[in-house]
Amino acid sequence: MMFRHRFDLPLVEDATGRFLIWIMAVMVYLGIVALAGALVLAGMASRWENGLTGRLTVQISPQPDTPGRGSDPEMVAPLVQRTEVALALLRATPGVLRAEPVTAATTHKLLEPWLGTALLDDLPLPALIDVQVAPGSDPEVPALADRLARSVAGAHLDNHAAWLDDLRRLARTVQLVALAVVVLVGTAALVAVVFAVRTGLAIHSPVVELLHIMGASDRYVARQFQAHVVGLALRGGMVGLALGLATLGLLDRATGEAAAGMLPVMALPPPQWLALPAVPLVAAALAAVTARWTVLRVLAALP
Amino acid sequence: MIRFDNIGLRYGSGPEVLSRVNFTLKPGSFHFLTGASGAGKSSLLRLMYLGLRPTSGTITLFGRDVATLKRADLPALRRQMGVVFQDFRLLDHLSALDNVALPLRMAGTAEAEIREHVVELLEWVGLGAHLEAKPPTLSGGQQQRVAIARSVINRPRLLLADEPTGNVDDSIGMRLLYLFEELNKLGTTVMIATHNEGLISRFPHPRLHLDRGTLTVIPAEASVAAAMTAVASGLPAVLAGSLTGGGWPP
Repeated sequence: MMFRHRFDLPLVEDATGRFLIWIMAVMVYLGIVALAGALVLAGMASRWENGLTGRLTVQISPQPDTPGRGSDPEMVAPLVQRTEVALALLRATPGVLRAEPVTAATTHKLLEPWLGTALLDDLPLPALIDVQVAPGSDPEVPALADRLARSVAGAHLDNHAAWLDDLRRLARTVQLVALAVVVLVGTAALVAVVFAVRTGLAIHSPVVELLHIMGASDRYVARQFQAHVVGLALRGGMVGLALGLATLGLLDRATGEAAAGMLPVMALPPPQWLALPAVPLVAAALAAVTARWTVLRVLAALP
Repeated sequence: MIRFDNIGLRYGSGPEVLSRVNFTLKPGSFHFLTGASGAGKSSLLRLMYLGLRPTSGTITLFGRDVATLKRADLPALRRQMGVVFQDFRLLDHLSALDNVALPLRMAGTAEAEIREHVVELLEWVGLGAHLEAKPPTLSGGQQQRVAIARSVINRPRLLLADEPTGNVDDSIGMRLLYLFEELNKLGTTVMIATHNEGLISRFPHPRLHLDRGTLTVIPAEASVAAAMTAVASGLPAVLAGSLTGGGWPP
């Protein structure tokens, strides 16, 4: 074809182009991993918080005087009785929607991954009551805890507030770190684009000057660099995306196998997987804007 | 068309390259720019095609004071000029076709129209068989024709040529001057910088002579009028409005 697409500037022959592809590939890869990490953690924190918000747990120690030591079958009956008393007290408390004992089988299942089955049978386990509070109601937790402690020996009320606070703080911190990584990686990529464009302008300054003299507007020249840089950024971005998706796929598989009871679910939900291809597109768009800005700034010095 | 009033030019803090230069090129005029090497011819041409800003004085181009123009207005003015460089300054990675098409692409002309005009002009200058050839594969004379085709493809109002005959023998130099005269007859104002006195003496056009940065206007000599009888025949439609036959002189 006689008039195929071509650049007035011989940019495709530049070595800086090859270097920019790999820079963008690495940057997009790191950006995708950081973004996926932040999304996974946000999802985990959200699931935990949703699961715990409006929930209280009452724990009744099997041996109130020496909790957690030894095993005394004589204490089983009192534990059941104390659990009944606690249940009655809780169900009579305004704002409590539901109070149900956690069965021994469920408690065993929760502890099994950590302690194994053999040891569990020998341990005196506390009785647990799962309490659901009506949405919008706000029972006085300290007062309820005090009443429980006075009425039921060995009873302890936990509203998970401290744990939730820790979780929120952890999630925020990791998200900030991920954001910082994305910003740093993005900044490094844009600096690389500025460097590549400035190098291209320096290498091809005779051609740029010629186009300028012939009446090419700054935008005409900038478009050439912009199109070239977008092409490189997209090629690099696709490599980074492929590597990033492969890495996340491997991690997803590995955590899925290890998560059986030990680890929380760390997989990205499908809609968030679909968001990842946006990373190279955003990177290419930012590269285009940066290339254009750089060229226009440099050309502004020409007469 | 173009007017220089008391133009002075120096590079940085160096000596003055041009000093109090005054001249006017009327629309449709033809001038030679002469002077020894280092006299300031190229600097004067650069000022004319807005590749430089004068240190002092006023340049009026197409009726507008260049100093008062916004930078964004300059590309449109530059596109009304064609420039032939001594070293051609072709883009080696582009074909002859794409080199000549550059000014039209910059002006936003449709591709179909570009192709039609460029092919026609290249055929007229005898390069119809080299449309896809890259400049490094062309001879010096062929490159020069590509450079000239590029400078005239958009029918410029002002054509500036810097030593266009510097790299060719006299017969080709003559052909080039005939071509420039044909363009001049169509209304293009022409200024040719050269030191080829033998060639100039055969064409009856005034000279602007530079000597150590100072310009003198020398009127045309009637004695060379006879040299005009061999003017080349018609131009392609892209330049003349209709294809009149002929072509690059044999």
